[in-house]
Amino acid sequence: MIRDFFRVLLVDLSAGRSTITDIDGRNTVAGGSGLAAMLFEKYGLLDKPWNDPGQPLILAIGPLTGYFPLMSKTVCAFKSPYHNQFAESHAGGRSALSMCFADYDALVITGRAKSPSALIVGSRHIEIKDVHYLWGTDLYVTGKMLRRMLPGSGHRTILRIGPAGERQSPMACINADSYRHFGRLGAGAVMGSKNLKGIVIQGDSSFLLPEGKDYVTVFDKVYKDMTDTDMMSKYHNLGTPGNVRVLNDLKALPIRNLQSTSDPAAEGITGERFAEVALLRNAACAGCPVGCIHIGFVRERFGEENRYIYRQVSYDHELIFAIGSMLGVMDCFEVLKLIDVAEKMGLDVMSPGVALAWATEALAKGMITEKETLVPLAFGNSASYRAALQHMAYGTNEFYQLLSQSTAKAAERYGGGDFACVLGQEMAGYATGGAYFVSQALGFRHSHLDSGGYSYDQKPKGDKVEDAVKFLIKDEKGRVFLTSMVSCLFARGVYTDEVLGNCLKSVGYGTLADNMDTVAGEIQRLRWKLRVMTGYSPENVSIPKRFTEITTWKGQIDSVFLAGLKDQYASAIRDLAEPEKTGSGSAQ
Amino acid sequence: MKILTTPRMERCIGCHSCSLACARLVHKRLSWDTAGIRIRSSGGLSTGFEPRLCLACDPAPCVAACPTGAYSQRKGGGVLVRKKLCISCGACAKACPVDAIYLDTTGEPFVCIHCGKCVPYCPHDCLEHAEFSRGATPLGIQTADAEEVEL
Repeated sequence: MIRDFFRVLLVDLSAGRSTITDIDGRNTVAGGSGLAAMLFEKYGLLDKPWNDPGQPLILAIGPLTGYFPLMSKTVCAFKSPYHNQFAESHAGGRSALSMCFADYDALVITGRAKSPSALIVGSRHIEIKDVHYLWGTDLYVTGKMLRRMLPGSGHRTILRIGPAGERQSPMACINADSYRHFGRLGAGAVMGSKNLKGIVIQGDSSFLLPEGKDYVTVFDKVYKDMTDTDMMSKYHNLGTPGNVRVLNDLKALPIRNLQSTSDPAAEGITGERFAEVALLRNAACAGCPVGCIHIGFVRERFGEENRYIYRQVSYDHELIFAIGSMLGVMDCFEVLKLIDVAEKMGLDVMSPGVALAWATEALAKGMITEKETLVPLAFGNSASYRAALQHMAYGTNEFYQLLSQSTAKAAERYGGGDFACVLGQEMAGYATGGAYFVSQALGFRHSHLDSGGYSYDQKPKGDKVEDAVKFLIKDEKGRVFLTSMVSCLFARGVYTDEVLGNCLKSVGYGTLADNMDTVAGEIQRLRWKLRVMTGYSPENVSIPKRFTEITTWKGQIDSVFLAGLKDQYASAIRDLAEPEKTGSGSAQ
Repeated sequence: MKILTTPRMERCIGCHSCSLACARLVHKRLSWDTAGIRIRSSGGLSTGFEPRLCLACDPAPCVAACPTGAYSQRKGGGVLVRKKLCISCGACAKACPVDAIYLDTTGEPFVCIHCGKCVPYCPHDCLEHAEFSRGATPLGIQTADAEEVEL
């Protein structure tokens, strides 16, 4: 698997044919995010719509995948149905190691299958299988069927979509191995547009390790840092839901469509509360000893007698915020029930949660009626939200068809844009302040993980806009290199530049190790270039009024700082994307 | 002699660190297949994980099946493997009653040699490398903590 080129599997679903090609670029784009961007530049149709059959769905791993702990993520790149621009989404599960052991650095899937199909690949196997009988089934059924039909239990990944993906909703996710997701920006819709119900990757080969003791020594040092120190304790103890209480105490937890940032009732959905009453067990992505996946349960009575069923449902901070605090649902079991419905439907949880929060406020303000919402949406009414999630997945009426496109589109039609909690896409669960709002609103993935704006808000670094811009750009560059390796970003505390350099050298990527900063900068620029070439204008992003109306532990949001940061960050992004036009060369 | 057992598999999170450690340290490979212990999900991730692992038979059916003497009986259970004698016939894997021997694409067999090198890499202490006598706690099975009640 150590090679100075990329081994890429190209699948054309229309023709029903595949080919394998070697592509240079290891020392310039590394892998993961960099490789995905390079492949999108090569195979993407920049000026065609996202659902043109020729558009590629790209999956890419990195040079350290499988070789080191937490190098366990896969980058998915595509033209997004959400904004019709270049996009990335990341997931773990067993996807990364399965691709590694299938001996592919990347998969590029183009075309549209004639009938609903599953793509099955391994190191010695490529098949496009007709699975028309699975079309319309929910994610759980699809998973069970694919598991039964195909070999490789434990050493394969099963990526699949539900009804939302089939209907090509921009809020449809690709589910990876039940508990992880390529969640945001509509990757599930891209699979749907290709008539692709599932992708199964069988990791069925192995590789000789580099000679010498360096690799094993470096591995052991990294493994020890991941498991024997408290650097990762946040993730394997309460997991990300540990953020709920912290943010609530900070007055930074978005509650009831961001009408509030703190509420004692949020105690019902803290990580501590989940762990106490709802946590069944933990699970891990393959290659990660941390095991941050927290699995709770839903228990449902289905008969008058004491007859119950139960299902296991994974939970994280972002889900609890989006479908819990944002909807005023402050009971952990009610939150799990909502996550369960979204999972079955193959919906991302975050965007629909935030969208329904807007719809709830719009209904209360009379901008829409129950004729549109079909159910009485009201903060705390989880039964209504369960029904509404299904309406969003199936697009039951015009309102839900629009809402499942995006909150912004629904607000354009019905009004209420001021309180649509949209930062590029529906917000993530941090109301920490201006740096975060700007970093998500303008960021490449519109994700809280693009750069550490939420962290900047919490540190006394002053309110100079220039300093914040420098921080966001530099932090993004570091993260882009990590997602090109492809590391889980939870490991960013362990994988310092020095450690990453040692890892790369120990497996034979000395040139890459010596040029990490330059390569990171190039990948950052390439991603922004492609985003802008597909239509992105950072200058045109707006931050709705609601974000300036809130109070955090620091008091009122500083609107002047927020506006200044937005303008200057947009300008810095433009510099990165089009250095020849702005004449800047670099914003770093 | 000590053997490798998996007495606390209910704690397994499916990280594959044990398989990867065996492949890395014993077989000098990057793999989750060419390893003495391999982790399978038992009917999907929602029902947990189970190991494919040599149960340290004595006498071992794989030893009896091996036509060249590449496999010989290990004292205390399990097998000693001399790869030089192996002709990759796959008879050992066929003879194993619990599917503990993996054959790679060339037919080379991989089986646990009970060295215990994987044990420190399990983050949840699922594995144990210890002396074992049959008649004590059955392999891979925990004794019941509470008294059993007959109904």
